Amino acid sequence: MIVVELRKLALRPRVWASLFLLCLLPAIVGVFLATADFAPPPGQGGAFLSAVLSNGSLYPAAALALVLPIFLPLSVAVTAGDSIAGEASSGMLRYLLARPVGRTRLLAAKFVALAVFILVAVLLVVATSLALGLWLFGGGAEAVGGPGGVTSLSGPTLSTTGLGLRLLGAIGYIIVSMLGFGAIGVFLSTVSDSALGAALGALGVLITSSVLETLDAAAVVKPYLPTHYWLSWIDFFRDPVFWRNIDSGLLLQAGYIVVFFGAAWANFATKDVTS
Amino acid sequence: MIVTHALTKRFGRILAVDSVDLRVAEGDRYGFLGPNGSGKTTLVRMLLGLVYATSGEIELMGRPVPKRVAEVLPEVGALVEGPAAYPHLSGRRNMALLDAAGKGGPMRSRKRRVDDALEQVGLASIDSRPVKAYSLGMRQRLGIASALLRKPRLLVLDEPTNGLDPRGIKEVRELLITLNEGGTTVFLSSHLLAEVEQLCTRIGVVDRGRLVLEDDVSGMRAPTGRILVDTPDPTAAAALLDGQLEARDGERLIVRHADPAELNALLVQGGVRVAAINPERRSLEQVVLDVTGAGSDRFDGRTP
Repeated sequence: MIVVELRKLALRPRVWASLFLLCLLPAIVGVFLATADFAPPPGQGGAFLSAVLSNGSLYPAAALALVLPIFLPLSVAVTAGDSIAGEASSGMLRYLLARPVGRTRLLAAKFVALAVFILVAVLLVVATSLALGLWLFGGGAEAVGGPGGVTSLSGPTLSTTGLGLRLLGAIGYIIVSMLGFGAIGVFLSTVSDSALGAALGALGVLITSSVLETLDAAAVVKPYLPTHYWLSWIDFFRDPVFWRNIDSGLLLQAGYIVVFFGAAWANFATKDVTS
Repeated sequence: MIVTHALTKRFGRILAVDSVDLRVAEGDRYGFLGPNGSGKTTLVRMLLGLVYATSGEIELMGRPVPKRVAEVLPEVGALVEGPAAYPHLSGRRNMALLDAAGKGGPMRSRKRRVDDALEQVGLASIDSRPVKAYSLGMRQRLGIASALLRKPRLLVLDEPTNGLDPRGIKEVRELLITLNEGGTTVFLSSHLLAEVEQLCTRIGVVDRGRLVLEDDVSGMRAPTGRILVDTPDPTAAAALLDGQLEARDGERLIVRHADPAELNALLVQGGVRVAAINPERRSLEQVVLDVTGAGSDRFDGRTP
């Protein structure tokens, strides 16, 4: 069933379009940076953007920082919202269930497919931006004149392997963050028969969370907002890695995955399929 | 094959299916008739485990539904409320995905299974255009092909000839009869009386959620004991048949008589020319209209 779900995703032009757009934004930013030829002042613009000019191999991190707040959650919301509601509105849900495909199995396959989609999306963004970064800004050696190292956010220089490991850690963290958010979308998708409605609902959660994040009066709930620890993947690029927020973030997202996937399952397994 | 006992489904305040006792035997061609909105589709969905009953029991091939529905569904082919497919993919690809989604059936023979099913419904040489470019009739054929994919023992079809032209309707009817002769039980839900009349051996009629009639077609359409006589000499015939004549409409007489052959002989001996003589049978339409009310898609001023 998982294979079938993956094949369905791969056969869908819309999925490829959203992946393409995800890769396009960092590319546009990169081209502007390269042509303007002056760095944004440190502390302004996206994270890492000032450091990128001196070393292109840091550009994947900058690209992730660019797509994470809006673009990546947007594509996750659309894919997650489509998972069950999309089958319902195309009428295929009843034929899949009468096939029979167990409801729990279908839901699990949808969730795994969503995870794979996020993985592919993040990897594609990293790969394209790495290629672009190295091409536009070089590997850093000639720019800095140093041993080809990358300066961490905390000062000390990182080795290439160290950077690779940190990047992998950041990718993993972002995938878990997106899965927590995606679980909300999947749950809404089992409630509504409209894929658009479910995606918009998930985006509503995202926007609400982001607004509350900036509101001091909401300090009590802040540590529980789905977006609260999203940017903590940056801590992977500190030296030494700053684990506290990362751990809290992983725990929080695991909570969101368990609660909302559980709610999705409880709702879907007992629901009358009338679409 | 299908047995339901006091099956009831309530959607909020609306009682969609009201204590239905259905019996479909193996080898039947069962016609499930009823006006629009009478609960046909809800009942079909309950049989397939898509909708859960409020109360009552369902048994499909001897197994309780929905508890052990997963064991019987592989042997059931279904078409529920029109066909469905992923519109951006070709029909063949759609069927392959559906085949892969269920258990059983090795990957090696998938192409053959799909080809067989497509051939049965007359789509053998369909090209790779996406389903969104299909005509209504082609989609309907694709839906029936999907139902046939696993060579099911029971076919549950909801309005299978919807959108087909007369030739297509005839083809589907012949296909269903062939499958039925091969041992497949056919459960056909429809509001098209002519379709059911030509195909089915047994009929259940549902009205406002209740099963109001379940009988063999032959039993329903038994002669009424009256004979229709067409004659160019109606006055002479009426005089001859005094007492047995029930009604007269121009050149058509309705006569109460047991045997048309004897009546014919009697009339001819009496010098009455007979143009046509036939035992009267109730039409299925008459039977169904007698037991059902207006469909629930009608909202008149007064409540029924």
